[in-house]
Amino acid sequence: MTENNSVSGGMSELVKTVCVAVEEFIFVFGCYLVIYGHLSPGGGFAGGVILAAVFILIMLAFGKERILKIMPRKRAAFIESLGALLFLAVAWAELYISGIFFRNFIPSSAAGHFKLMSGGTILIYNIAIALKVMAGLFLVFFVLSITRVILEGDKLKMVKKQ
Amino acid sequence: MTETIILFLLALMILGSLIALESKDILSSVIAMGAVGFMLSAIFLILRAPDIAMVQVVIEILTLIILIRATISRDVHTVTDTRDFLPLALNMVLLFVFFIIAAEAIRNMPDFGTGLSKVAGHYLNRGLNDTGSANIVTSVILDYRAYDTLGEATVLFAALIGAITILRRKAKND
Amino acid sequence: MIYTLCMALFFIGLYGICCKKNLIKIVLGFIIMDYAVNLFIILIGYRKNGIAPILDKTMDVKKFALSSVDPMPQAMVLTAIVIGLAVTALLVALCVRIYERYGTFDITKIRKLRG
Repeated sequence: MTENNSVSGGMSELVKTVCVAVEEFIFVFGCYLVIYGHLSPGGGFAGGVILAAVFILIMLAFGKERILKIMPRKRAAFIESLGALLFLAVAWAELYISGIFFRNFIPSSAAGHFKLMSGGTILIYNIAIALKVMAGLFLVFFVLSITRVILEGDKLKMVKKQ
Repeated sequence: MTETIILFLLALMILGSLIALESKDILSSVIAMGAVGFMLSAIFLILRAPDIAMVQVVIEILTLIILIRATISRDVHTVTDTRDFLPLALNMVLLFVFFIIAAEAIRNMPDFGTGLSKVAGHYLNRGLNDTGSANIVTSVILDYRAYDTLGEATVLFAALIGAITILRRKAKND
Repeated sequence: MIYTLCMALFFIGLYGICCKKNLIKIVLGFIIMDYAVNLFIILIGYRKNGIAPILDKTMDVKKFALSSVDPMPQAMVLTAIVIGLAVTALLVALCVRIYERYGTFDITKIRKLRG
C-alpha cells in the first residue's frame, strides 16, 4: 500500500493537511535562526538544515511532482552554487577592501552590539551557508528517493519477465 | 548532578547502539539508532551547547529518513551469522590493540570539566568586541576560523557530488 | 568515567564495522563512531557549572569569560555533524548501488560473486 502511494505521490489526506498547516511556520523558524544566528543559538548550519527539512517534508507528504514545481533540480543546483559563490565573493571582497582574507570589513562599535547588523559580514556568511546546506541536503534526498522509485520499477520488470 | 545525568544518558546510548547492531530486524535497528541520536542531542543540551543540540535533532531526523528509505522493502531475510573465522580473529586482534591504546590515552586525560583550551579565553574575552557577534560559536566559525568553514563547505560539496554521481548513471540508462 | 563510557561507545561502533556482515549494520556502526567522536570533543570543552557561550545584554564580559564553556570544540563539531550527514548519504548511496548490482547486503556473498 505504501509503495503505491510513494510512487504515485503523496501520503494520506491527514498528513497532507497537517503538512500544509505546519510548513510555513517551520520555514519562518528556519529563516529566523539564520538571520539571528549571531545573536542567539542557531546560525547558518542549523537554519539551513531546518530549511532543507521543510522541503523534504513537502516531498514526503505530497510526492515528487509537487516538489518539482516548487524547487526543480536545476534551481536547487543553482541555489547551492549561489551559496558557495556568495561565501567566496564576500571573502574576496574582504581581501580587496581590508587586505586580509576573511577579515570583517564592516566595523562594529560598542554601541551597535546586540543589533541585527552588529556582526557585519557574519550575517552574509550565515545566509550563504544556509543556502548551501539547504540546497545540498535537499538535492541528495531528492536523488536518493528518485533512485528508490527506479529500483522498484526494475524489480517489477524483472518479476514480469520471470 | 550533571555528571550523573550524562552517565545515565551515555549508558542508555550504549544500550541503544548495542540493540541497533544486534537486532535481527533492520527496521528496528534503524529505529534504535534514532533513539541513540536523540539521547546524544539531550547530552549536548546538558553540556551547554544549544547550537549543536539544535543541529543534532534535525540531522538525526534526516539520517533516519535516509536510512529508512534506503532499507525498507529491501533485504527481507537479514543476515545474522558472523563472518568467517580468520577475518573475525584478525578483527578481534585489531579491536584489542585499539582498546589498549585508547585506555592508555584516556588515563592521561585531564579530569572531566576542567580542561579549557588556552585560546578559548581569548575568544571569550574579545569575541564580542572583535566581531560584534554575541554568539561566540558563530564568531569562531565565521570570523576567527572561517577557513575551517570554507573547507567544510568544500567537503560537503564533494560528498554530495559523490552521492549524486554514484546514483545517477542508472537513471540515464533507463 | 565519562570518557571511558564515551570510548566504549566508539568501541561498539568499531565492533559493528569489523564484525558485522550486513552492509546497513556497517553503516550504523559508522554513524555510532561519528556520534562518539563528536560527543568526546564536546566533553573535553565542558567546564563545571558553566554557561552556554552566548552573551546577553546584561552580562559582564569578564565574568562571562570566567564561567562559559569552551566555544572552540563546539564550532568544530558544528561543522563535523553536517559533514557526517553528507558522508552517511554517500555511504547509503553506495549501499543502494551495491544492492542493485548484487541483490544482497551480505558482504561475504558479494565477495564470492565477483572474484
